[in-house]
Amino acid sequence: MEKNVIIDLRNVSKSFDGETILDNINLSIRDGEFVTLLGPSGCGKTTTLRLIGGFLQPDSGDIVFQGKVINDVPPYKRQVNTIFQRYALFSHLNVYENVAFGLRVRKCPEKEIKKTVDEMLEMVNLKGFGKRRTESLSGGQQQRVAIARALAVKPKVLLLDEPLGALDLKLRKDMQTELKKIQQELGITFIYVTHDQEEALSMSDTIVVMDSGKIQQMGRSEDIYNEPKNAFVADFIGESNILDGMMRSDFYVDFSGKRFKCVDKGFAPNEAVDVVVRPEDVDFVPVEEGMLTGEVTLVTFKGVHYETIVDIGGFKWMVQTTDYHPVGSKVGLKIEPDEIHIMPKSEYSGLYGDYSSFSEEFDELSEPEEDEEDE
Amino acid sequence: MKKKTSVTGRICMALVFLFLYAPLIYILFFSFNDSNSTSLFAGFSVRWYKTLFTEEDIIVALRNTLILAVLSSVIAVVLGTAASIGIDACKKGWFRTGIMSVTNIPMMAPEIVTGISMMLLFVFVGRLVNKSDVLGFPTLLIAHVTFNLPYVILSVMPKLRQVDPHLPEAAEDLGMKPVRAFFKVVVPEIVPGILTGLIMSFTMSFDDFIISYFTSGPGFQTLPIAIYSMTKKRVKPDMYALSAIMFVCIFILLVVYNFVQARSQRREKK
Ligand SMILES: Nc1ncnc2c1ncn2[C@@H]1O[C@H](COP(=O)(O)OP(=O)(O)O)[C@@H](O)[C@H]1O
Ligand SMILES: [Mg+2]
Repeated sequence: MEKNVIIDLRNVSKSFDGETILDNINLSIRDGEFVTLLGPSGCGKTTTLRLIGGFLQPDSGDIVFQGKVINDVPPYKRQVNTIFQRYALFSHLNVYENVAFGLRVRKCPEKEIKKTVDEMLEMVNLKGFGKRRTESLSGGQQQRVAIARALAVKPKVLLLDEPLGALDLKLRKDMQTELKKIQQELGITFIYVTHDQEEALSMSDTIVVMDSGKIQQMGRSEDIYNEPKNAFVADFIGESNILDGMMRSDFYVDFSGKRFKCVDKGFAPNEAVDVVVRPEDVDFVPVEEGMLTGEVTLVTFKGVHYETIVDIGGFKWMVQTTDYHPVGSKVGLKIEPDEIHIMPKSEYSGLYGDYSSFSEEFDELSEPEEDEEDE
Repeated sequence: MKKKTSVTGRICMALVFLFLYAPLIYILFFSFNDSNSTSLFAGFSVRWYKTLFTEEDIIVALRNTLILAVLSSVIAVVLGTAASIGIDACKKGWFRTGIMSVTNIPMMAPEIVTGISMMLLFVFVGRLVNKSDVLGFPTLLIAHVTFNLPYVILSVMPKLRQVDPHLPEAAEDLGMKPVRAFFKVVVPEIVPGILTGLIMSFTMSFDDFIISYFTSGPGFQTLPIAIYSMTKKRVKPDMYALSAIMFVCIFILLVVYNFVQARSQRREKK
């Protein structure tokens, strides 16, 4: 086991009303790391966070904090603080008293409280807001108060449950940068929950991709994007064309009725596999030079590139290039060997990665569910 | 067309206010009458107010009423708030709805029924413990707390349901023990509801006549009962003065009540 692991979930399972919500989770988090739990709504992210915060007890397995099992330690004794999804500010107290709350509980001297609160408010850019009522603040400012309040007690680990979910896009981007900055400055561990893959990719040291109560993959952003373990991960993180394929031998894979050179090896000969090709890794070439040929069925301008849907033998590919090919035109596709990623078959095979039912609406799904935008 | 309806509307409203307030204004006005007459105004004076405070019975009754109203509303608020917290903590929805309906029934029941049934119950219990004169301050207090409880629960419950369940968790998260966290962050959120319940209870208790009539004994008279027994003889203008004082008190309470309401609503809107 690696050293300086701060939080360790060991074989943790949790069910509600007979329904398994977390299924044998194993997760090690190193001190000072920015870890993101990423997954669709309902996959058990909040539950995982509440287990770490102490608001839930696991049915089986252990929650370990700095080498000690803390299953039975109540939240008020854990050196872990939470930013709740809807801030949970104390509306009968002003901003200053909200931030001072944890320090007062700890009976810190007044002088020290003032110093810390001022420091915290300055850090979250709310200097001079101390006397304000929390209700008079915008969503983004309330969020900052929540962050200052949690950080004022100097936790070892900060848990953040979709903290930016209720903010509008622009503000969300700014806060992402700011949170990342705060985390690096203080050097404390952040466990961040989101269903937004872009947010996860841009902020995290480590991403934990979850689905239906299981960890699907865990690793650095780049590794998860470039080497997804199964069709679920490939589809959830970024866009992917996922095809049924057959490994002929090391470095050779068949799909779409053709043989391709690739860089993967170690599969059994003739093993059925899932083949992932990212839309930005495909190039358009003249039909006669194409490894695959097909017909354009949809083109969408995306600013940086065109998103083109190409029908190749009934399978709809997504291609992102700067070349424009009108609907109905015949195109050839070229894929370099190192752009082909091979994954073993999984329970998710065949569920994702075909853009035949693709329409603009699908993009909406990745937008925040709540639209209480108050800025 | 629109204008016409609004004119009619205004006239109706004026009439409503007239009917509602004419008796009160009459009483206020004649309480300052300098003569014994109840129909002729003979100049301004406060003599009836002075006479009022020389009447031993009335002063005692007023004191009794205040003691009763304060005690019963405070007890009702404590019990009712605790009950609301208990009901709110119930996981099962059907159980909670059931409890709420049971709580609300006493409010719907005619007061006279409540009054008589309570009297019968008290007398019955009294007989069990071989006491013949059970009716008095304790029974009156029990009766008042009982009819105040639903009002407290009704005003505290909605506030409690609005409280973000993450609030106590946030306080615990910051190092506070659960019970303390509840008092520190949940109770302040429901204070408007508690205040509303307190004011409503006080008012209800202060001017209750029917239930008090049945559950009180000769040893402990409340103001409404004292007034009632006096009006059986001849109404003296000092009764006007008394009514005026009561009206003004209740009026002030109502203003406070509305103020509390408006403030908590304004806070919710934000
Ligand atoms: N206290 C609870 N009682 C019953 N079911 C719950 C409870 N908390 C969460 N769940 C269920 O567990 C599942 C996962 O919830 P959650 O961890 O909140 O998911 P996420 O945060 O990933 O969206 C959901 O289907 C939810 O309905
Ligand atoms: Mg959640």
